[in-house]
Amino acid sequence: MKEQQEKPRIDLGNLKAGGFIKERGKDLFTVRLRVPGGRMAVPRLKKIAEVAEKYGGEFVHLSVRQSIELININFRHFDAVVQELGEAEQQVASCGARVRVPVACGGCEYNPNGLVDTQKSALEVDQRLFGAPTGHHKFKVAFAGCPFDCPKSSTNDVGFQGALLPKLDKGACISCGLCAKNCTPGAITMGEDRKPLLATDPCIWCGDCVKVCPTGAWEAKQTGYNVRIGGKWGRNPLVGTLFATFLPEEQVVAFITGVLAWYKEKAEGQGRIRLGDIIIQEGPALLLNHLRQQFPHSVVAATVPPQVIDTQVGVRGVQPWQP
Amino acid sequence: MATIDLRGVSCPTNFVKAKLALEELEPGDRLELLLDDGEAVKNVPRSLKGDGHKLLGLQKTAEGDYLLTVEKGEE
Repeated sequence: MKEQQEKPRIDLGNLKAGGFIKERGKDLFTVRLRVPGGRMAVPRLKKIAEVAEKYGGEFVHLSVRQSIELININFRHFDAVVQELGEAEQQVASCGARVRVPVACGGCEYNPNGLVDTQKSALEVDQRLFGAPTGHHKFKVAFAGCPFDCPKSSTNDVGFQGALLPKLDKGACISCGLCAKNCTPGAITMGEDRKPLLATDPCIWCGDCVKVCPTGAWEAKQTGYNVRIGGKWGRNPLVGTLFATFLPEEQVVAFITGVLAWYKEKAEGQGRIRLGDIIIQEGPALLLNHLRQQFPHSVVAATVPPQVIDTQVGVRGVQPWQP
Repeated sequence: MATIDLRGVSCPTNFVKAKLALEELEPGDRLELLLDDGEAVKNVPRSLKGDGHKLLGLQKTAEGDYLLTVEKGEE
């Protein structure tokens, strides 16, 4: 009974970025952990298991955005949980109207499909932009290493998808035909001279031709990210649309920062509204122009607003953009 | 040159069978693999290349399957 009478002292600084989410039960919270790109060092995993066993319920929850969530944490234990997780450099994640922890696929170090280092990008964005308040609504970022797009990048406010532009050194080609056979969209056909021909239209920049080519005749002319903006899920889903192609990996943080600045300015006075709805209101050309000043080589000439999915229930509360 | 018939063997078993067959050979030796159209002919050659073997050619057979010629790489 003594514990109940004690006034709990809690370091409110720990709660600044969110990550402590009220549960149904009295005094109980879910503690969402910061796991950028879903990569979890084994010693950290051990520490999390230790803390969960000591302070949490009988299980943890693996969230849909690659976090581990500690369940049934009493708010009196917040400081102890934060301090003990900190011993393994494990931090608590963000929630609310902030930049969230980025999601990423396994990347390219061990995954044979990966075209770009999504893990590195996710870590960089997490380090530079984690928890930044948007002033309006949540802001989600995801990195997919190839056009398979396992992380479903276009359902994020800013979604990055790895891409590779191939080029052929005809002299090194042995006319084996493996590239044409491997080209899923059918962009490569074998010409009359038994050398491959690339039609740029159906090419999705997946890099399969480069990966299978026995002699290195197909090589990467350019790699980077295709960027889709304005996606979201939830009550009124939107699919983000293409704003940039082959954005260099080192420009990812600057690009997101540019999008955030535009979002904050245009959403001024509109309260809790997502980026995709702002783009629908303002029209995508304004955002394209804003981004083109800083990223002239990557931003596309034109795009369409984020796409409403016709199969969803209900009428959207925003006025459609009129060209 | 030996031919291994991997038709009807699904991924990744077909690749592992090809790997085991290549283990019996010396670097520079060649092997033919008979593969199904579809996933097999897309995945097996790329995986063998990733293991350091040399892909020499791909032929479509009269039956619509694929014959891949591989040269064993250095260990």
